[in-house]
Amino acid sequence: MLPIRGCEQSDELTHRQKLAGALVLLTAVQILILFAGFFAPYNFAVQDRERPFAPPTSLHFKDARGNVHIRPFIYDLEGAGHSAGVSETDSEHPYPVHFFVRGTPYKIAAMFASRVHLFGVEAPGHIFLMGSDAYGRDQFSRFLFGGQISMLAGLIAAILSVSIGIIVGGIAGYYGGWVDELLMRGGELFLALPWLYLLFAVRAALPLHISQWEVFLLLVSVMGLIGWARPARLIRGVVLSAKQRNFVVAARGFGASDAYLLRRHVLPQTYGVLLTQMTLLIPQYVLAEVTLTFLGLGVGEPLPSWGSLLSSLQQYYVLSSYWWMFLPALLLIPLFLVFYTAADALQELHKSVTL
Amino acid sequence: MGRVHPWPKCLILAITIASACSFARALPQQAREERMIADGATGHAGGRLSVALRSEPKTLNPVLAVDEPSRDVIRCLTADLIHINRGSLKTEPSLAKSWSVSRDGRQYTLHLRHGLRFSDGEPFNADDVIFSFQVYLDEKINSSQRDLLVVGGKPIVVVKVDAYTVRFELAQPYAAAERLFDGVAILPRHLLESNYRGGSFSQAWSLSIPPNQFAGLGPFRLKEYVPGQRVVLERNPYYWKADTAGNQLPYLNEVVFLFVASEDAQVIRFQSGDTDVLSRFSAQNFAVLQKQQPEKRYHLDDLGPGLEYNFLFFNLNDLAPKGLPEIAKKQAWFQDLRFRQAVSAAIDRDGIVRLVYSGRATPIWDQVTPGNKLWLDDKIPHPTQSLEHARQLLQSAGFSWKSSTLVDPRGAPVEFSILTSSSNAQRLKIATIIQDDLSQLGMTVLVVPLEFHAMVDRLQNSYNYEAAMMGLVSGDADPTSEMNVWLSSGETHLWHPNQDKPATPWESEMDQLMQEQLITLDYAKRKRLYDRVQEIVAEDLPVICLVSPNILVGASNRVGNFRPGILVPYALWNVEQLYIQ
Repeated sequence: MLPIRGCEQSDELTHRQKLAGALVLLTAVQILILFAGFFAPYNFAVQDRERPFAPPTSLHFKDARGNVHIRPFIYDLEGAGHSAGVSETDSEHPYPVHFFVRGTPYKIAAMFASRVHLFGVEAPGHIFLMGSDAYGRDQFSRFLFGGQISMLAGLIAAILSVSIGIIVGGIAGYYGGWVDELLMRGGELFLALPWLYLLFAVRAALPLHISQWEVFLLLVSVMGLIGWARPARLIRGVVLSAKQRNFVVAARGFGASDAYLLRRHVLPQTYGVLLTQMTLLIPQYVLAEVTLTFLGLGVGEPLPSWGSLLSSLQQYYVLSSYWWMFLPALLLIPLFLVFYTAADALQELHKSVTL
Repeated sequence: MGRVHPWPKCLILAITIASACSFARALPQQAREERMIADGATGHAGGRLSVALRSEPKTLNPVLAVDEPSRDVIRCLTADLIHINRGSLKTEPSLAKSWSVSRDGRQYTLHLRHGLRFSDGEPFNADDVIFSFQVYLDEKINSSQRDLLVVGGKPIVVVKVDAYTVRFELAQPYAAAERLFDGVAILPRHLLESNYRGGSFSQAWSLSIPPNQFAGLGPFRLKEYVPGQRVVLERNPYYWKADTAGNQLPYLNEVVFLFVASEDAQVIRFQSGDTDVLSRFSAQNFAVLQKQQPEKRYHLDDLGPGLEYNFLFFNLNDLAPKGLPEIAKKQAWFQDLRFRQAVSAAIDRDGIVRLVYSGRATPIWDQVTPGNKLWLDDKIPHPTQSLEHARQLLQSAGFSWKSSTLVDPRGAPVEFSILTSSSNAQRLKIATIIQDDLSQLGMTVLVVPLEFHAMVDRLQNSYNYEAAMMGLVSGDADPTSEMNVWLSSGETHLWHPNQDKPATPWESEMDQLMQEQLITLDYAKRKRLYDRVQEIVAEDLPVICLVSPNILVGASNRVGNFRPGILVPYALWNVEQLYIQ
């Protein structure tokens, strides 16, 4: 017996370590996104029409004469404006990178106004860490600001669908019988609907004058409303088994009401599943937002979202000519992996706790 | 029963021998057949040409075809009486070898070529012409060409003079009458009359008909249709054009139209050598093709500005019967010329050319593009972007700024939406640039991409929009093809269509000018009239013209005689002369 327990303990330890690592990384990303205005050198909507599809600016420490500088500097692009994707640099004029510079005003969490940016270069110079898009807008700044919309959308939509899932799944599992049948078959119907076409129709029927926030809320609520069926099924399963446990049966025998039983004994058993579901759903909904924006149903220009950053990759010329347009996609892969690692660790932990 | 009378068999035999002889002795036969000599390099017969279509053609019926893929295929299968040469943009004889005009300009007498045959070998004569026009003009058939054949409110009257002479009588003189005949495909009476009389014409000549039931006067005839994949055409052995050396055209044995659904996929197929000719693709893809040319198997041509013009316009409809109070309030701005002028002045047309078209487009300030050299008014001023001027105009119209937001004289913030078609990436990009330009003036602009049909419904039926972005491509360089756009009663008078009487003095002037140019036969006089129309468009800005994209085409180096033009179809207009080197 002993060696097996020890093994379980060390497993639990690695799961905890994994979870902690993932959470630290996720928090770092959230901070980066929340303070996008500070970390981004430019506003997401500023167009530099002389520099469409500029490649990522490289940081230099060594100048043309071979002198090494501690402060990194950049060279601006030469002959900009004539053709997209210009790559010759003007090595005559170095622009040192300054930190904590004053630039375009922004707001953090829509409340605190500021003008200080983490880094930047002086006016005629341009620093595009991830290159620029078709309008000459800084991809790096857009990636950070885009994260605000995409992550918020993912979070709200996940909370929404899990909440509906709890209510529907809880009721269906607890009461069983025709209630269960009705709710679960209803859920299946929901899963079977061709949502994409429905969404196209909804967008065409909407009034033209809806603000970006209304579009955002619509997007989020649609994603959340579509997604409740799966968590509801899972929760129903957990509730179904939980309500037959001895202590629940005993509590019922002592005369506990349905509401009390659900609140006190049954639903707490679903928290592990819920948490895992949330961690899985957030990246899924971020991806759903990407898909919807990709299809033109997301937030409109000039607001960025991760979906709109990826949507330019639909075009062959972007795919084949401007490799830096892939950077947002490449950055999203590790982020989603972290989410899944967290979900995985959570699930394993939950398993070992219930065991 | 089962016994066949001997003489029909003999007859069949005789016909077979005769036709075999006619093939063997082609030259003496040609003497009777009045062939047209097409100039261009002499090629050699054989080979197949592959071209991509964006979608499957909907029909092969020339009277009913409206979609571009159908028309692209039908153009290779049929011929018209008088044709607009896509190279010179002038009319040239086609099935009619010559024509004369009566002194009052109301009667056109066309002399048809003798001895021509449809692609199934049946002879062609005036009866086919009479039948064709009867079908085109039949209101029940509802052909899209019918509108063009109604002059001065009355359908053209077609009279058979003799087996090879037809007279067309117009209700009033019509400046561009010769150009009317372009694209009106002549139908084989022997194949379609029974359908027409039996009321099943609209089902006739669908894509799935057996090839032997289809015949035309074009350089090719139908060979095979594979649903979802391709339409294959083969050379028409009875075609009536020859090259300067006297060889019968077309040179190609086969033309294959492949169905390739997206522009990007078409570009890739062309790049890999699957297709030989490419047109209707973006400047960005042009650059990609230019850059990634491993063995120089193909060449690309930028023909300069075509006839397409893209523009922004505001909703100037009378909204009282529609009950759209929110939009009606904003119309106070839209109807103010200074507001429209300010918007026009604030737009960075050069930026659009650079960012959206990689430089392969031309900024425009009125509807006639520099590609249309015959009708361009070069006196129209070309002001550059000036936010300063735009602000002055807005100020003079009573607008002001409240913490950098533009407000109208009543204090309401200036905010409106621009509709664009979600399937057109270029126009969406233009709208995004305009959004940014106008934000510099303190206007809040929403860009609303809609599915194309949903957008057209708002523009033409519900009028539920504020501003919209569109592009129009004239089918012809002549102003007559634009009647529907500039007449206030026109359906495509986008900003305020189908008016009973012109709403503004300049629209009433435009109506007069357009009607007058229609019946004026002298080019110089017509040009003066149409110049004035262009001036009105540039001054009163019913539409704010933005850019005209260049016509870009590409062709494999194997293709000889490739001479693209700026009129639709850009690349295949001389398909009978194309050959494989």
